[in-house]
Amino acid sequence: MVTVTNLLELEEISKSFGEVSALEGVSLAVGDNEIVGLLGDNGAGKSTLIKIITGFHAPNSGTITWKGQRLTHLTVQHARDLGIETVYQERALADQQSLWRNIFMGRERTTRLGLLDVGEMRTETEKLMVEFLRFTSQAVTPETEVATMSGGERQGVAIARALHFEAELIILDEPTMGLSVTETRKTLDFVREIKAAGKSCIFIDHNIFNVHEVVDRVVLVDRGHVVGEFKTAEITLLDLIARMQHVAETGSIENAEKGVTT
Amino acid sequence: MTDVEQAPGEVLPPVRPQMSRRGRERIFFRHYGLQAGTVVMALIIWVILAVGAPETWLHKDMYSALMSTVPQTGIIALALTLVVIAREIDLSFGSVMAVGSWVFIATGRPALGLIAALAAGLAVGLLNGVIVVRLGVPSLVATIGTMFFWAGIVLVGTNAAGSGTPVGFVPTLLIGRIGGYVPAEVVWMIGLAAVFWLVLNRTRFGAHVYLVGDNEQSARMMGVRTDRVRIAVFALVGLMAALAGIVATLEANFFWPTVGGGALLPTIATVFLGGTSIFGGRGTIFGTVVAAFTISAIEPGIVSLNLTGYYTQVIYGAVIVLALVMQSFVMRRSQR
Repeated sequence: MVTVTNLLELEEISKSFGEVSALEGVSLAVGDNEIVGLLGDNGAGKSTLIKIITGFHAPNSGTITWKGQRLTHLTVQHARDLGIETVYQERALADQQSLWRNIFMGRERTTRLGLLDVGEMRTETEKLMVEFLRFTSQAVTPETEVATMSGGERQGVAIARALHFEAELIILDEPTMGLSVTETRKTLDFVREIKAAGKSCIFIDHNIFNVHEVVDRVVLVDRGHVVGEFKTAEITLLDLIARMQHVAETGSIENAEKGVTT
Repeated sequence: MTDVEQAPGEVLPPVRPQMSRRGRERIFFRHYGLQAGTVVMALIIWVILAVGAPETWLHKDMYSALMSTVPQTGIIALALTLVVIAREIDLSFGSVMAVGSWVFIATGRPALGLIAALAAGLAVGLLNGVIVVRLGVPSLVATIGTMFFWAGIVLVGTNAAGSGTPVGFVPTLLIGRIGGYVPAEVVWMIGLAAVFWLVLNRTRFGAHVYLVGDNEQSARMMGVRTDRVRIAVFALVGLMAALAGIVATLEANFFWPTVGGGALLPTIATVFLGGTSIFGGRGTIFGTVVAAFTISAIEPGIVSLNLTGYYTQVIYGAVIVLALVMQSFVMRRSQR
């Protein structure tokens, strides 16, 4: 590792909910224009980790550093102001509200009088629909309620919202879950666009193939610990799978090479 | 939603094809269906009354009287609409009316009394919000508790004895008759309705009220300070209830410690008849205002039709159930 300042650094992060320990001394770094994949089983602590980065949960201990500056008392609003955008597994949409209200959720544009600039938000949404979402269906307008849209369209809205506000770090939590093959392709293309645009990304997915395809580096998480890190360029997909299996069986990455058969 | 003064087709650039007529109709139905239902309901009831008791309902005096009773529930219903959109409920406003009236009367000076009463209403509303949001007590239960508590406090404080009401500038400002006909309180109510419309549809706070009621978790994840929003809507109900209590007391020309005791059912019926969703995330000020007139016409309507007053409760109850059935019908119809 060269000593450049990383975009984001987490050190020795621990978090527990009552008696349940979700993370124990987890460290994670994301470099400039780097796509990092988080892999791990259900309950490994991936979602908790990202909710700490987004300010939704406060860690019990450990430090968070953004561009070399230590962050304390991080809130959701503060994280967004810094340029951390998240596409949550739950999508974080308000189903009965219009598309434009969802795009600008929590960040509504206002006029100088402090009133909502509804016209501006509708126009921006319309632009986003044409240029980014590539919605061709004439049934969708900025006024369309999100509840009436397909799973892929909803995912697109959540991603478009994250990209629209010029984020520097975009976190995608299980973005391909429940999507069709074509929609999954499109989502992976979004990740490549993030890379091409010079931004950074944390990509979480159950599907190891998806992860291996788009990320620069893979971080394996198991039962609240980081158990391994690999650069995608230096590990084949089969190797990665073997190591994952070893981790799942033993809870440790050590001697994982023995399991590799290729 | 009320903010659709622009037809969906207008903002589309030529890149995308225009919507089909059916698609536009569906969007129109979804946005205006409930409001249309509220207006139709109002017209049906008016026709029934005008045919059944023309000597009352085709005479202008009836409307002056109606305009003086509508604000007593309507002013509260405006704020209660926000509470219900935010997926909460407040049942304590009747008692807050009594608190407001008592503070107004007890200060002895109308101008000071008005300010003190509004402050008291705001404080009691804030307390409701804090109990619900910070202490995590479900609003239905919490506000049943505070309803009894504040009604009891007023009875203890006044020893259940009423007193006369002041006259002068402030009372005239609140309930004077403009041109000897239009009650000032209805003008206040319409003005407040305009303010509430603006707040709900054109401020970030209003947008957040919808988001909190629709999906509180999502709103929180996207940086909305949902706790503040929820506390604020309860505070607004307290403020409006205190004002409505003073209006009711001045209209009665006497302060009864039990003022507001009968406000619960008609005010809640107003909000639901106005199309505000019991499931949160939907509702309009327009619907609430129209429904306030409809609901206030029910009681005098029953009397004018020579029916026994016992029918009032039957009809309030039926209206609430009907309004909720209408809501679920429109929801299902427009989702197809």
